[in-house]
Amino acid sequence: MTGPSYSSASVAEGPNRGPAGATEGAPSPLFAEDATLGYGRVAISEGLTVEVPEGEFTVIIGPNACGKSTLLKALARMLKPAAGRVVLDGKDIHSQPTRAVARRLGLLPQSPIAPDGITVADLVARGRYPHQGILKQWSAEDERVVGEAMEATDVTDLASRGVDELSGGQRQRVWIAMVLAQQTPLLLLDEPTTYLDITHQMEVLDLCGKLHRSGRTLVAVLHDLNQAARYATHLIAMRDGAVVAEGAPAEIVTAEAVEKVFDLPCRIIEDPETATPLVIPRA
Amino acid sequence: MSAITTTAPPAAQPGRGRRVTGLAVLVGVIAVLAVLSVALGSRAMGLSEVWTGLTDPASDAYPVVTELRLPRTALGLAAGAALGLAGALMQAMTRNPLADPGLLGVNTGAAAAVVTSVYFLGFSSFIGTLGFAFAGAAIAAVGCYLIAGAASATPARLALAGAAVTAAGFAYVSAIQILDTATLEQMRFWSVGSLVNAHTVPLRLVVGLIFAASVGGVLLARPLNALALGDATATGLGVDPRVLRATGIAMITVLAGTATAACGPIVFVGLVVPHIVRAFTGPDQNWVLPYSALAGSVFMLAADVLGRLLARPAELQVGIVCAVAGGPFFLYLVSRRKVARL
Repeated sequence: MTGPSYSSASVAEGPNRGPAGATEGAPSPLFAEDATLGYGRVAISEGLTVEVPEGEFTVIIGPNACGKSTLLKALARMLKPAAGRVVLDGKDIHSQPTRAVARRLGLLPQSPIAPDGITVADLVARGRYPHQGILKQWSAEDERVVGEAMEATDVTDLASRGVDELSGGQRQRVWIAMVLAQQTPLLLLDEPTTYLDITHQMEVLDLCGKLHRSGRTLVAVLHDLNQAARYATHLIAMRDGAVVAEGAPAEIVTAEAVEKVFDLPCRIIEDPETATPLVIPRA
Repeated sequence: MSAITTTAPPAAQPGRGRRVTGLAVLVGVIAVLAVLSVALGSRAMGLSEVWTGLTDPASDAYPVVTELRLPRTALGLAAGAALGLAGALMQAMTRNPLADPGLLGVNTGAAAAVVTSVYFLGFSSFIGTLGFAFAGAAIAAVGCYLIAGAASATPARLALAGAAVTAAGFAYVSAIQILDTATLEQMRFWSVGSLVNAHTVPLRLVVGLIFAASVGGVLLARPLNALALGDATATGLGVDPRVLRATGIAMITVLAGTATAACGPIVFVGLVVPHIVRAFTGPDQNWVLPYSALAGSVFMLAADVLGRLLARPAELQVGIVCAVAGGPFFLYLVSRRKVARL
C-alpha cells in the first residue's frame, strides 16, 4: 500500500482466492469481482472489484449516494450483481444455500424491525435460525451461544426486558448480540451508528473494535470520517460508485484524498487520543 | 447468564408454563363448545340424549346427532382453525396487523370462483368446486398484494386493496345469484357464511386438507420469526423472503379456499383471533400459529352456537355473527394511533 489513492478498476485474474492485485497478505474470504451493482436499470457501480481482507475491521466511507450501502448489500447477498460476482470462501455467494451463507456471514441491516413486545433474550435467540432445523429443536448449545452473545455485548442484565423499552444504544447492542448469536466469522454492519447520539455511537464502535480484536472480520458502512479513521484497520473510500482509495487509515487519509472523495478542503492532524488521522475542515 | 433459564425454546421465558396451560384451556373450551354445538339446535337435547344419540343407532336422536350436528360441529372446528391460522400466517407474512383472508379478498375470491363453477360450468361436486376455490383464493391473494404495491405495501394500502377486491368479488357473487335465483337458492346461506350444509360436504377431505395445510403452516413458524425482524434481517439469517411468502400463500390458499368452499366467505375470524392470541402469547410464531388455529375453532364454534341461540327456533348464519362480532374490533384496530408492528 503506497499512494493515497489508486484506481479500483483492477482487472481480476485470480479465479477464487481474492481478486488480483488488491491487497497483500491472507486470502480474502469475501470479495466483489468486476461487479455491476444497481437497482432495476440504474447502475450504481460498474466493474467494481473490492475485497474484504481477512481479520481486518474494514470501514466503507464516502459521500451520500456513493454506493457504499449498495456495495455492502451486494457483499451480504441481498443484491445480486447484474454482472460480475461476489465470492464467499472461494465460491459465488449466490450459488450457495442461503442458510449456509448465514452460518459464515452475519448482517445487521440499517433498520431492522423489533416485533412488538419481544424480549431481549427472544430477539437474540432468533439469531440462531441458521443453526436450527425443523427437527433440530432449541439445544443447550443454542442456549450457551445466546448467553455468550449477550455477555459480549453487555446486555445480559436486560435479557427479560422488552426491546421497545430500551435506549437507542442498548437496542443497537441487542441487535449486534442477535447477529453474534449467528456465530459467523464475518460481520457486516450497515450504518450501525446512524440515529444514535455521540455517546452511543462510541459505545457501538468500541463494541465493534472489541469484536474485531476477538478475531472476527468486520465490515461496516459509516458516515463519520473521523470515527472511521479511529476504529477501522482498513478503509475503503468510495465516490460515484467506484473505490477511490483503500488501505490503512494512517496511509490513505490525506487532505488530497478527503478533498477528492468528499469535495471538502481540510487539514489532517493527529488525533491526540489515538494517534489516528483527524480531519479538520478548513474554515 | 443468570437471567437465562435452561428451558427450551428461546431463553428466558417465564411465560412458557402459562402458554402451555393456555393451550390446555383452549382444548377444554373447544370440548365444551363441541358438546353445546351437538346439543343445541331447533330441537335442544339434554346431555343424556346427546349420549344416546351418539351411541345408540336405534334412538330418535341418532340421525340428528350423527348426520347433522356432528358434521356441523366438525366443520365448524376445522373451518375456524383454518381461518384463524390463515389470518395469523397472513399477518406474519405481510407484517401487517390488518391482514385477514376475509378482508384481503381471499375468501371472496374463492367464493366468486365457486359461484362461477356452479353457475357457468354446472359443477355440482364439492371436489370440482374446491379446485376453483383454490384458484380464486390464490388469484385474489396475489392480486391484492400486487394492487397494494407488492413489497412497498403499507397496512392501510393493503387493507384498501383488500376492500376493493372483496367488494368486487361480493358484487359478482350477488349479481350471479340475482340472475339465477332458482338454482342458487341452495347457496343463499352459503354466500353469507354458514355451517348448515355441513352434511353435504365431504368432511374427511375438508378436514384432511385443512389438517395438512395447518401442519405445513405451523412449520413456517421459525422462518416467520426471522421475517418478523424485517426482510433484510431475515435474508441475513438465511431466509429467502420470496420463497417463504410463496410457501405461505400456498398454505393460506388451501386453508382459506377449503374453508370457503365448505362454508362460504367468512370475514374477521382471521383478523380478530391472531390479535387476541398475540396479546396472550407474545410475538413468538411458534406459539402464535398453533394458538390461532385452536382459538379460531373456539371463535367459529362459539359464533355458530350463539347464532343458534339468538334466533331460536330459526338461526343466524355463522358468517353474520362473525361479522357483527368482528366489525367493531376491526374499527378499533384501524382507529388506534399506532398499529402494532409484527
